Amino acid sequence: MTTKGLLRPLTRRAMLSGTAGAATFIATSPLHSPAIAQNAPLKVGMMLPYTGTYAKLGQFIDDGFRLYVEQKGGKLGGRDIAFVQVDDESKPEAATDNMNRLVGREKADVVVGTVHSGVAMAMVKVARDTKTLLIIPNAGANDATGPACAPNIFRTSFSNWQSTYPMGKVMADAGIKNVVTITWRYTAGAEMIGAFAENFTKNGGKIVADLTVPFPEVEFQALITQIAQLKPDAVFSFFAGGGAVKFVKDYAAAGLNKTIPLYGAGFLTDGTIEAQGEAAKGIRTTLHYADNLDNPANLAFLKAFKAKTGKDGDIYAVQGYDGAALLDIGLTAVGGDFTARDKMIAAMGAAKIDSPRGPLSFNKAHNPIQNIYLREVRNGRNEMISVAQADVDDPARGCKMT
Amino acid sequence: MDFITLGVQLLNAVQYGAVLFLVASGLTLVFGILGVINLAHGAFYMLGAYLAYWITLMTGSFVVALLGGVLVAFVVGILLETVFVRLLYGRDHLAQVLLSFGLILVIDEIRQVLFGKDVHAVAPPAWLSGSIQLTDNLSYPVYRLAICVFCLMAALAIFFVIARTKIGMIVRAGSENREMARVLGIKFDRVNRYVFAAGIALAALGGILIAPISTVFPGMGDGMLILSFVVVVLGGIGSVGGAAVGALLIGLTDTFGKVFFPSVSSILIYVLMAVVLLWRPSGILGRQDA
Repeated sequence: MTTKGLLRPLTRRAMLSGTAGAATFIATSPLHSPAIAQNAPLKVGMMLPYTGTYAKLGQFIDDGFRLYVEQKGGKLGGRDIAFVQVDDESKPEAATDNMNRLVGREKADVVVGTVHSGVAMAMVKVARDTKTLLIIPNAGANDATGPACAPNIFRTSFSNWQSTYPMGKVMADAGIKNVVTITWRYTAGAEMIGAFAENFTKNGGKIVADLTVPFPEVEFQALITQIAQLKPDAVFSFFAGGGAVKFVKDYAAAGLNKTIPLYGAGFLTDGTIEAQGEAAKGIRTTLHYADNLDNPANLAFLKAFKAKTGKDGDIYAVQGYDGAALLDIGLTAVGGDFTARDKMIAAMGAAKIDSPRGPLSFNKAHNPIQNIYLREVRNGRNEMISVAQADVDDPARGCKMT
Repeated sequence: MDFITLGVQLLNAVQYGAVLFLVASGLTLVFGILGVINLAHGAFYMLGAYLAYWITLMTGSFVVALLGGVLVAFVVGILLETVFVRLLYGRDHLAQVLLSFGLILVIDEIRQVLFGKDVHAVAPPAWLSGSIQLTDNLSYPVYRLAICVFCLMAALAIFFVIARTKIGMIVRAGSENREMARVLGIKFDRVNRYVFAAGIALAALGGILIAPISTVFPGMGDGMLILSFVVVVLGGIGSVGGAAVGALLIGLTDTFGKVFFPSVSSILIYVLMAVVLLWRPSGILGRQDA
C-alpha cells in the first residue's frame, strides 16, 4: 500500500468514518466528570482473525491480551475492561467496514488488531481518520509505523524490516559471500528480503539471485533446481504457514540442506516446526522471540499461559500480552481517565516493558525497540543461539513523527 | 543452463503435469460426460490429502491410506450422486455451481471440525523414501519418480476402461449422443453414479499422492481447482487425452516460466490458455463442432 492511498483527501467513506469517530468522542467526551467516566468500563475492541488461515494466531493474541487483564484483576490502570470482538477473517476488503463498526456502533475506546497486514493497513487508515487508539499485535507492514504512522497508533509486534535486518550481518560475519534469496512475490516478502539484502550487501555480501514465487503458490521444485545450479554459499528465505512447511521439506528432499545451509525469517520455522520434522533441523532464523528464552518474565508468562489455556504460549500470545501491558501503562499514568489522551499516549510512547521476549520499548514512530534473536532449529524447537542484534530500532522511513 | 539442469527441470515439469493430470481427469470426466460443473473438485483433493494424513497416522501404512482414502472418496461420491447431483442433470449450470460451492463450504467445515487448522506432514512409504543423486549437490526423491510412474499407470487404466470395456462404451455413447443411447435401451442411472464417484475418487487420489511431497493444509484445494479447470479447458472438455496434453503443457509452461521469466510466471499459463483457445476454441483435443 502506498502513502498516497492512505493520505488521500476526504472521500465519502472517510467522511462517514470521521463522523462515526466524532460520535464516539462525543459519547466519551470530557463533558462527563472524570469520576463518572472512570466508573464505566473501558471498551476494548478485539479485531482479529478468529476463523480462516490465521485463526490460531488470532486466538493466541486474544488469549495473551486477556491473560494480562485477568492478572490485573480485570482492570487496567484501575479501570474495568470490557471486550467486544470482531472476526476480521483476514479479509482486507471487509476491514474498513469492520473497523468502522467497532469505533462507530460498538463505541470501542481502543482497538486491538490484527494479524494480516492488508487488514491492518485498512485499520490504520480508519484509526488515523477517527483518532481511535489502535494497538497492532502482529501485522508487520513497514508502512504502519512508517509513512502511515500516527500518535494514536502503536505496534507491539515487529516491523518486517526489523525482523530480518540483523540477519544480513550475522550471515556476512559467518563468512558467507554469495546468497540466493527466495520468497513469495508480495509486500511482506519484499520487505523482509529487502531488509536482509540491505544489511548483507552493506557488510560485503552479494545477492546472486532474487527468486520469487507468486503468492500463495507452493510449487517450488523449479526454483530449487535453480538454486542447486547456482550453488550459492547459503539461501535466505521467507515463507509462512503451509508454504513454509512445503518449502523446507522440498529443500531437504532435494538434498540441498547438506551442502547449502538454509536461513530465513523467523516465520519460516515458527508454528510450522512440527510438520517440518527432520527437514527443519539446523535451519537458522531471526525473530524477536525464541522458544527457550529463560528470562523470568518469559518463564512466568509461559506458566500462566499454560494454566489459562492448556497450550504452550508462543510469540503471538506474547504480542497480545504486551499489548495489554502497554495499555495498562497508559491508563495507569492518567489514573484510568481515558480522556487525558495526550498524557496517556506520551506515557505509552515512553513505556519500558519487561516483556517475555526481553526488554521492550518504543521509538518515536511507536514501533517496538527490541532484541532480535538468532535461533536454530534443535530438538524440534527454535532455540536461541545468540542475540543477533540488541535493541533493534526500525528506521521508520517516511514517518513524520520522527 | 547446462544439459543436466535442463533435464532435471524437464523432470520437474513432467512430474508436476502428472499430478495435475490425475486431478483434472476426474474433473473432465464429470464435466464432459455428466455435464456437471463440480466446483468442489478441489475440496475433494484436499479431503484426499487429509484422509492420507489421518489413515497413515492411524495405521502407520501409506498404502492402506491410499486404498482406504480412494475407497472412502468413491463411497462419498456414490452417496452425493444419489442424494444431490442426480437432481441436477440437464439443469442450469448455475444450480450446479451453487450446489458444488455449498459442498466446498461443508467439506471445509468438516475438515475444520475433524482435523483443525494445523499444517500436517505425511511420510511416504519407507521403500520409496530414498533419493537419487542427480548432480553433485542435487538429489531427486524417489517418491517423485514413483508419482510419475503411478500417474502414467492410472492414465493407461482410464484409457483402457473407456476404450475397451462395456462400461466405457456406455460412457462414450452417453457423451456422444445420450438420447439415442437411451432409446437403444441403455440405463444411464448407474453409469452416471459410477462416473461421478470415479471423478471424486480421482481428485482424492491426487490429494493422497501429493500429500507426502506437499503438505496437508486448509485451502490447498483452491489453487488446484483453478489449475484443473485450466487443464480441462485447454485439453478439451470431456477429453481424457486432452487433459493429459493440457496437464503436460501447464507443467512445462509453469516450470520453465518460473526459470526463464520469473516476473511474469504467474500469468504465463493463462496466456497459454488464451492463445490455445484462439487457435482451437474447444480445446486441443475437444470436438471442434461442439
